[in-house]
Amino acid sequence: MDFSWLSDPYYQGYLWEGFVNTLWLLAVSAVGGLILAVGVALARLRGPRPLAWLTWAFTTVIRGTPLLVQLFFFYYGVGRLLEGVPGVRDSVFWPLLRDPFFFGALTFILSVGAYSGEVIRGAMQSVPRGELEAGRAFGLSGFQVLYRLWLPRAIQLCLPTLTGEMILLLKSVPLVSTIALMDLLQAANIIRDETFLVYEPLLLIAGIYLATTIVLTLLLRLVELNFPGMRPNRRRWLPIR
Amino acid sequence: MTAMTPEGLGDWAGPILNGALTTVQIAVLAYAIGLLLGLLGAGAKLSPWAPLRGVAIAYSTLIRAVPELLLIILLYYAGPQAMNALLENLGIAGAVQITGFATAVGVLAFVQGAYMTEVFRGAILAIPRGQLEAADAFGFSRWTRFHRFVLPAMLPNALPGMSNLWLILIKDTALISVIGFNELFFTIQQAAASSRAYFLFYATAGVIYLLMTLSSTALFARLERYVRRGQPTEA
Amino acid sequence: MKFPMMIATAVTALGLAHSVQANDPLQVGISGEPYPPFTYKAASGDWTGFEVELAQALCAAMARECEIAPTGWSGIIPSLQAGRIDMIMNSMSITEKRQRVIDFTRPYYFTPGAYVAASDRELDIPDGLDGLVIGVQGATTNATYARRELRDTGVEIRLYDQAEQVNNDLLSGRLEVILADEIAMAQFLERDEAEGFEIKATAPQHEAYGEGIGIGLRQEADALEADLNEAIAAVIEDGTCASLSEEYLGADVCVYD
Repeated sequence: MDFSWLSDPYYQGYLWEGFVNTLWLLAVSAVGGLILAVGVALARLRGPRPLAWLTWAFTTVIRGTPLLVQLFFFYYGVGRLLEGVPGVRDSVFWPLLRDPFFFGALTFILSVGAYSGEVIRGAMQSVPRGELEAGRAFGLSGFQVLYRLWLPRAIQLCLPTLTGEMILLLKSVPLVSTIALMDLLQAANIIRDETFLVYEPLLLIAGIYLATTIVLTLLLRLVELNFPGMRPNRRRWLPIR
Repeated sequence: MTAMTPEGLGDWAGPILNGALTTVQIAVLAYAIGLLLGLLGAGAKLSPWAPLRGVAIAYSTLIRAVPELLLIILLYYAGPQAMNALLENLGIAGAVQITGFATAVGVLAFVQGAYMTEVFRGAILAIPRGQLEAADAFGFSRWTRFHRFVLPAMLPNALPGMSNLWLILIKDTALISVIGFNELFFTIQQAAASSRAYFLFYATAGVIYLLMTLSSTALFARLERYVRRGQPTEA
Repeated sequence: MKFPMMIATAVTALGLAHSVQANDPLQVGISGEPYPPFTYKAASGDWTGFEVELAQALCAAMARECEIAPTGWSGIIPSLQAGRIDMIMNSMSITEKRQRVIDFTRPYYFTPGAYVAASDRELDIPDGLDGLVIGVQGATTNATYARRELRDTGVEIRLYDQAEQVNNDLLSGRLEVILADEIAMAQFLERDEAEGFEIKATAPQHEAYGEGIGIGLRQEADALEADLNEAIAAVIEDGTCASLSEEYLGADVCVYD
């Protein structure tokens, strides 16, 4: 196995850039996606009929089509459509619309919003009604009931599933290499392209992803253990059997 | 002539449908093989022999921890090489080429197997112990116990996971287009590029995949109702 | 234990594969992603283009059957080495780095890389690139040239899997300039939607570009290399290459000795 290229700062630069982009994309998509997910869950549970229906259509379409198709649809499809809109190039949105990171993040946020939205919706439905009614009886406003009772209780029920979704998000990141974003897979492709080594670059980033998955799993496990009211499996520090 | 005349949806309908057919073929084969691998893997994980357990744990953990796109690219090159090395070792002479179709199926099946292992393992563990002990007490052979007790009790538990994996598999077939294999999404990309109607064709791709996933969901719902027949329904 | 294993593997292998024999058709590897006007797919499903037709002419000259085998571009060299295809004929430049792993026939055409940008943009290469975004197709000599030579100019390099994707983003304005093969760009600029764009400059001779475009072969395929060299010489001499070149590329880019 030839890993001599690892010591070349030319390749190191690309690997580092790819790694940083991967982490940023993960962070932005996770945060944005989870916020959207709460919105999605609420819209389906308490929203007016048209909104609830639209949200259902949204989650069905996102969950029923491949992420790669969605990426291409937004970056190449919608992007090409936008060029015809007069004035778009002078607008303040233009730097975003030319940036593959923006489209990657957008697609992932929608994806996380749809998948996690369904998860949170299911959990919110499982929270006993009585607790919410008790909250209202105590005089808490609608928003306070949501923020202090309903959501926390729902998250207690579905946190393991949500952390699973985060890991799945991490594993979807390599797809952005197809829309010209410099991520780890593109860095590996550059190395493969210039050194003609087929396996070593791919094995390296597989290893990087493995390590990142482990670290992320541990971090999320910490969140699980410390979330108020959770009773997770405390016997194992890595939930793998 | 040399000019790339824009061609519409109608002209490309034939190749696109062909691509969709290829996608379904790959998915069905990969699912079936992945199912077998999953059963073997679950059996290995639950077996009393530590080395067998170790191999199964390594298989399912590693494959599930690495992104699918990476795995597909890696296995696409490593798979045929491994196969050729194996054949050489067994003394079969001559260069043998594995078709692209077989490689695609193999790669997807290998990845599915890892996820299926977990689904089946969880489903088997969820069977009430008493039922299996009763089977042993009655003196049924291991094979009869498996296909009369374990399998029917495991299926209702496993089906939700299995239906989820099927949906994921259909969507993962699109990843094969990245290595240049000609299935539905690759054809769509060619159509979009040659006709310059990107939005139209990618939207079409979405619609076709959506049709596939929606009909699969309906099918699996029926299957689940059938498999759960005779079981007490939740009040 | 070995015998049943052999049987099982043989059955599987027979089902999955076919063995390669001397008079099987030659698998001509081209990029599965379209690369007009060299290789692209018409809606009829047939592959066509300058290199596809040239390949057929070469095979006729060698009196052998050929099959076009589209392969993912970024994995085309490993596919050659694994025996999936017998040659690569898709605008692959003969470079020293590539020659360490595969062999090439003599060059059959040569075009430099060209920068394309909007006509009304003043572009001074390479100094004027600072702060701009340039697009190239990955796994090409243009990409290697851009990475090695243009990194210090302050330009942002974006890598795409497919040539058409690069063109697409230039037209939609996401890229200010692209670097691609000159002939492919000349063709591209003839399209209606490419009005308002022009070739700004061509890239200088650089080791990233090599000596021209040749057919990629496995290093041990000496007989095939000799046959192909003869066929290329024949096809260039009798003018087939020139006429195909004029038809598809609008100019004669064949390499004459």
